[in-house]
Amino acid sequence: MALKIVKGSIDRMFDKNLQDLVRGIRNHKEDEAKYISTCIDEIKQELKQDNIAVKANAVCKLTYLQMLGYDVSWAAFNIVEVMSSSKFTYKRIGYLAASQCFHEGTDVIMLTTNQIRKDLSSPNQYDTGVALTGLSCFVTPDLARDLANDIMTLMSHTKPYIRKKAVLIMYKVFLKYPESLRPAFPRLKEKLEDPDPGVQSAAVNVICELARRNPKNYLSLAPLFFKLMTSSTNNWVLIKIIKLFGALTPLEPRLGKKLIEPLTNLIHSTSAMSLLYECVNTVIAVLISLSSGMPNHSASIQLCVQKLRILIEDSDQNLKYLGLLAMSKILKTHPKSVQSHKDLILQCLDDKDESIRLRALDLLYGMVSKKNLMEIVKKLMLHVDKAEGTTYRDELLTKIIDICSQSNYQYITNFEWYISILVELTRLEGTRHGHLIASQMLDVAIRVKAIRAFAVAQMAMLLDNAHLLTGNMQRNGICEVLYAAAWICGEFSEHLEDPNQTLEAMLRPKVATLPGHIQAVYVQNAAKLFATVLRKHEGATDSQAAQETSQLLVERLPLFVQSANLEVQERASCILQLVKYIQKLQQKDVEVAEEVSALFAGELNPVAPKAQKKVPVPEGLDLDAWINEPPSESESEDEKPKAVFAKEETKHSRPRHTEVDEKELARRREARKQEQANNPFYIKSSPSSQKVYQDAPGVEHIPVVQIDLSVPLKVPGMPMSDQYLKLEEERRQKEKAEKKKKEKKKKREKHGKGKKHDSGPESEEDITPAHHVDIVTEEMPENALPSDDDDKDPNDPHKALDIDLDKPLADTEKLPVRTHRSEPLKSPGEDGDVESVPQEPKKRSSKEKKEKKKDKDKDRKVCQLDFSVRRITDSNKNGCYLETKWVVYTHLWAVYDIQGNLQDGSQVVVSVIFENKSDSFLKSMEFNVLDSLNSKLQRPEGAGPHDGLVVPFQLPPGVSNEARFIFSVQSIVMPQKLKGTLTFIVKSEDSSTHEKLDFKLHFTCTSYLITTPCYSDAYAKLLESGDLKSSSLRLEGVNMPFHHLLARICFHHHFSVVERIDSCASMYSRSIQGHHVCLLVKTADQTVSIDAKCDEPSLLGNVLDEIKQTFSQC
Amino acid sequence: MQFMLLFSRQGKLRLQKWYVPLSDKEKKKITRELVQTVLARKPKMCSFLEWRDLKIVYKRYASLYFCCAIEDQDNELITLEIIHRYVELLDKYFGSVCELDIIFNFEKAYFILDEFLLGGEAQETSKKNVLKAIEQADLLQENLDFQIRLFPGVLGPNVSAESSGLFQS
Repeated sequence: MALKIVKGSIDRMFDKNLQDLVRGIRNHKEDEAKYISTCIDEIKQELKQDNIAVKANAVCKLTYLQMLGYDVSWAAFNIVEVMSSSKFTYKRIGYLAASQCFHEGTDVIMLTTNQIRKDLSSPNQYDTGVALTGLSCFVTPDLARDLANDIMTLMSHTKPYIRKKAVLIMYKVFLKYPESLRPAFPRLKEKLEDPDPGVQSAAVNVICELARRNPKNYLSLAPLFFKLMTSSTNNWVLIKIIKLFGALTPLEPRLGKKLIEPLTNLIHSTSAMSLLYECVNTVIAVLISLSSGMPNHSASIQLCVQKLRILIEDSDQNLKYLGLLAMSKILKTHPKSVQSHKDLILQCLDDKDESIRLRALDLLYGMVSKKNLMEIVKKLMLHVDKAEGTTYRDELLTKIIDICSQSNYQYITNFEWYISILVELTRLEGTRHGHLIASQMLDVAIRVKAIRAFAVAQMAMLLDNAHLLTGNMQRNGICEVLYAAAWICGEFSEHLEDPNQTLEAMLRPKVATLPGHIQAVYVQNAAKLFATVLRKHEGATDSQAAQETSQLLVERLPLFVQSANLEVQERASCILQLVKYIQKLQQKDVEVAEEVSALFAGELNPVAPKAQKKVPVPEGLDLDAWINEPPSESESEDEKPKAVFAKEETKHSRPRHTEVDEKELARRREARKQEQANNPFYIKSSPSSQKVYQDAPGVEHIPVVQIDLSVPLKVPGMPMSDQYLKLEEERRQKEKAEKKKKEKKKKREKHGKGKKHDSGPESEEDITPAHHVDIVTEEMPENALPSDDDDKDPNDPHKALDIDLDKPLADTEKLPVRTHRSEPLKSPGEDGDVESVPQEPKKRSSKEKKEKKKDKDKDRKVCQLDFSVRRITDSNKNGCYLETKWVVYTHLWAVYDIQGNLQDGSQVVVSVIFENKSDSFLKSMEFNVLDSLNSKLQRPEGAGPHDGLVVPFQLPPGVSNEARFIFSVQSIVMPQKLKGTLTFIVKSEDSSTHEKLDFKLHFTCTSYLITTPCYSDAYAKLLESGDLKSSSLRLEGVNMPFHHLLARICFHHHFSVVERIDSCASMYSRSIQGHHVCLLVKTADQTVSIDAKCDEPSLLGNVLDEIKQTFSQC
Repeated sequence: MQFMLLFSRQGKLRLQKWYVPLSDKEKKKITRELVQTVLARKPKMCSFLEWRDLKIVYKRYASLYFCCAIEDQDNELITLEIIHRYVELLDKYFGSVCELDIIFNFEKAYFILDEFLLGGEAQETSKKNVLKAIEQADLLQENLDFQIRLFPGVLGPNVSAESSGLFQS
C-alpha cells in the first residue's frame, strides 16, 4: 500500500501542473492548438489513473483550457469524481471546475445531488461554502428541488459565513424552483434582522431582486425596509433598499410621499456618488409615480437637477454620462426643469466621448419645443458638418429627423424650413440613412397639403441636380432621396412650374446607373408628368410642344426597356407602347389628355401602421373555429402489437405515418416556395436594392467615375434653412409686438378686474405656425380597438416568481425532503405484499435467509436481517430503488436502497439510512462488505480490499442519517448477495460496548433495470431487429385484475407499459448497461403468460424468476 | 450581475464568471463581441456602454480589463466599486498583483471572486472578512505544488508588460 502511494507521487513528478501548462502554452505561441491537443491527450491519461491528486491536477488544467475556449464536457464525470474527494484541496478544485464547466444540459449533474447534500451538511464550514458557491453556478431545477430544504436549513446555520451564502443562493433556487419561494420566505424575512450585517445585507439583496421583478407581492415589507433604511449606515445595503423602494412606489403612492424626505436628506448628506445616484434615481421614480400637480415637490426635482448638473459638469466622464442618463428620466415628467440646462447639454455635444454625445442627443430629443426647435436643429446641423466618423454623423442625422418628426411634427411651425433641412441633409456623403430622409420627404409632402407646391419645387431642383448627389453612388445610400423626389414630382405634378424640364431631367441617360427600384419610380412618374404636360398643352394652339414631349419619351424610354431590372423593363415597355399610341393619336389631332390623366387619377391617403390589426372582429365570427372539420386520424394506427410476438403470424411493419408526413410536408413546402417565387403577386422578402443593382449585368460593366469631394457639395439654387430661421425670428418678433399691443389694449380694457397676466417668456401656445398647416392624420378603420400592446415576455424566468407571499402557508406547501419512505406505501395493488413494516419487526417471516448471530461475550444481541423486497419507483428519477430494511432490535434500524446509475453501467449506489432507536449514543460506525469477483465496494485511495469504510457521522439517540456507498459491478446478468458487517460502539451514560452486526446486501437483477419509456414504433422496430432471445413464463392461479397485475410488474420490476389492448399488454425496460427487456403479458382465466425477449438470455431468465417470485408471494 | 470577464489588452481572456446559465457557444459569442467592443473604445471614454439589453461596466487596470454586465436597473457606480474592490482584494492577496499572478494562479483568483460575489451579488462587503475566509480555506488546503509563484524574467518575452502592478496604470 505504501508502495502504491510512493509510486503515485513519483508519477506525479512527471506530470505537468497548471503552471507548466500555462508556461507551455505561452512558449508555443505559433502552434498553440497543436500543443494544447497533446496536453489534452496527457490529461486524458492522467484522468484514467486512480490517484485523486493526479485527477485533481488534470481537472484544474482542464478548467484553464475551458477558459481558453476548448471543449471539456467529456470530462464532466471526472469533475464529479474530484468534487466528491474528501480532501478540501481537491474538492475545491472539483467544485471550481464544475461551476465553470457545468450547465443545465450537463447530464452528470444529477449524480451530484447526494454529494452536494453531503458537503452541505459537512462539519467543515469551508466544505459547505465551496458547495454553496459551486451550486450557485450550476443549479438546475432538479437540484433546486432536491436541495431546497437543505439550503433552507443552512439559512439558520450557526456560522454567519454559511448563513449569508445560503441566503444568497436561495435566490437562484427560487428562480429554478419557484414552488420553494413560499415555504422559504418566512425564514428569509427573518434574516432581514439577522445580527450579522453580512447576512442581513444578503437577505436585503435577495428580497430586493425578488421584489424588483414582482413588486406587488412585497408591499407589505415596506415598513420593515423603511426602518432598515433609516437605521442602516452600510451604503451597499442602502443602495439595494432604495432601489427596492423605487420598484415599490409606483404601486403605492403614499409610500412615495413618505420617502421623499429621507431620500432628500441622503442626497444632501452622502458623499458616496453611487448612493447619491441611486437616491436621485429613486426620487425621480417616486415623482413619476406621484400624480403631477404636487407643488411642494418641485423643490426635490430642483435638488435632483442641481445635483445632476454637478455630475454633468464633473470632469469624470462616468459621472457625466450617468448625469445625462438620469436627466433624461426627469425629462419625461418635468421637461421644464431640464430645459433650463439646455446650455450644458449642448456643450456635451462637443465632448470627446462619443457615448456622452449620444446621451446628450437623446436628451435634446425631449427638450425641443416649438420655440427652440429651429435653433437646436441649427446647432445640430453645425455638428453634422463638423462630425468625424460616419457613425456619429448618421446618428446625428437620425436624431435630427427624430426630433423634428416626433409626435406627429408637433414642434414644427414652418414646414418650408423642414423641407429645406431635409434637402440640406441630402448633401451628407456616405450616409446610410437616405431612405429615412426619403420617407420623411414623402410623409411631409403627402400629409401637409399646404407645403406641396414648395416641396415639389424643391424636389424638381433635386432631380435636376441629381448628378451631384449620385457622384459615388456605390457607397452612398443618399440616392434613395431621388426615389422620393421623383415620386413627389410625379404625383403632385400640377404644382410644377416647368414639368417639361423635370421630365427631361428624369429621362437623362445617367438615370440608368441608379438602383433598379429608383429607376422604376422614375419611369412611372415620367408617365405621370407626361400626362400633366399633355393636359397643359391641350386646347392650346401649339400642339407642337406636346408632340415634342412624346418624341422625347419615345427616344429616351428604350434605354429603360433594355434594363436588366424586370420592374423597370416592364414599366418602360408598357409606357413606351402607350406613348407611341398617343403619338399616333396626336398626329390625328385627337384630344387624349383627359384619358391619359385618368390613368393616374385619385388621391392617396396615409393609413395608420396598425390599422388592419385594429379592425374589430365582427360579432359571431370565431376565427379559431374550423371551417371544415379536420380529417379524422387514420384507423390503421391501432393495429395490435400481438403480431410481433406470436411466432406463427407474419410480421407486419406498420406504416410510419410520422416520417412520411414529414417528408411530404417538406416536399409541399418546397413546392409552395417555388410557386411563390414564380408568382409576381406574392410579396417576397424584398432583396436589398443595392444587391439588385449589382446583380444587373447590364450595368455592372459600365465604368462609374468616382468623384471624391472633400468639400460638402452645395446644391446650387437651394434655399438655406438658415434663412428660414431668420425669417421666423423676425416673424415672431412682429407677432409678439402685435400681441403686446393687443394685450395692452386688453389690459386697459380689463383694468380693475385685477387678474394679472403673466407676461414673462412667451409660452408654447403663443407661437402660431407660419402658415396654416393641415396635417392629414392617418386613417383608421371604423370602431378601431384601443391599443393593446406590451405583453410581458412569456419566457421571463422571473414571471414564475410572481407569487403571493402574504397568504399563510398551507400544509401541503413544504419543501420536498427526500426520504427513504419507512412507512408502507398505499398505492393500489401493493397492500398485500408490503410486509416490511418496521413497527412490527417480529411479524416478519423472512422469505430469504434469516441470520442469527450470537455475540460471543455479550448475551443479548439477536439481529434479524430482512430482505423482504419492497421497491419504490420514483418517476422523477432515472434511477431505480430497491429498498430493503435491516432491523436490529434494540439499537439500530437501517434502510437501504440500491440505485442503478444510467451514466455508468458499472456502478451502483447503495444509500443506507441508519436510525438510532436506542437511548444510547452510537459512534465509530464502520461499514464493510466482503467483495465478490463481480461486485466490489469502492474504497478510498490507498485502502486495502478488506478495509471497512468509516461512516462519516455519529448518531445521537433518535437521530437518523444517510451514508452512501458505491459498488462497482461487472456483470449485471446475475443476482447477487453480498455479506457484510457493521461495527459500532454503543455509548450509554455508564458504559460503552462494541457491537457487531452481520447483514446481507441483495442485488437483484431487477435492481439493475431502469424504468424507461418506449414508443410503440421504436418498440416494434426493436422486436423486428431479431437480435433478441426469447423466453416465456406461465403463472397459474393469479387472481387479480389485469391492470393490477401490470401495475405490479411496473412497480416492482421497473417496466413501463408500451401498449395495452384488452387483456394483452406489451412492456419495456432497460438495464443500466443498455440491455433491452421486452415483455408481452396476456391473461386468461387466472393464468398469466409472459413472453419475453431480451438481448441477454441469462438476465432475462433471472428477471423472469424474480417476477415469478413476486407473484408467488401474493 | 450577469457575468464578469477579465481580459488583457491583446484580447486574451484571463477569467470568466457567469452568473446566468448560457450555452458554451453563447458564452463564446458574447465574450468575443464584448472584448472587441471594449478594446475598440478610446481611453478617455466613460466606463459604461449599452449592449443588447444589458449595461456593460468596464475598467482598465494596467494591461487588464475588468468587464461586468449588469441589468437595466442596476447601479453602474456600485458595479465599478465592485470591480475596484475585487482588484484591491487581488492586490492584497498577491501583494501588488499583476496580470501574471492571475494567469498562473487563476484558480486563486476565482476563489477570491467566489468569496466576494455569490450568484452575481456581493456577499461580503468587508475586505478583511473576504481575505480571512480565503486564508483559512488556504490553510486547509495542503501546500501542494499549486503554490509555485513565478517571478518575471523566468518566462519568455512580453512579460514585462504584464508584470507591472495593476494599480500602476
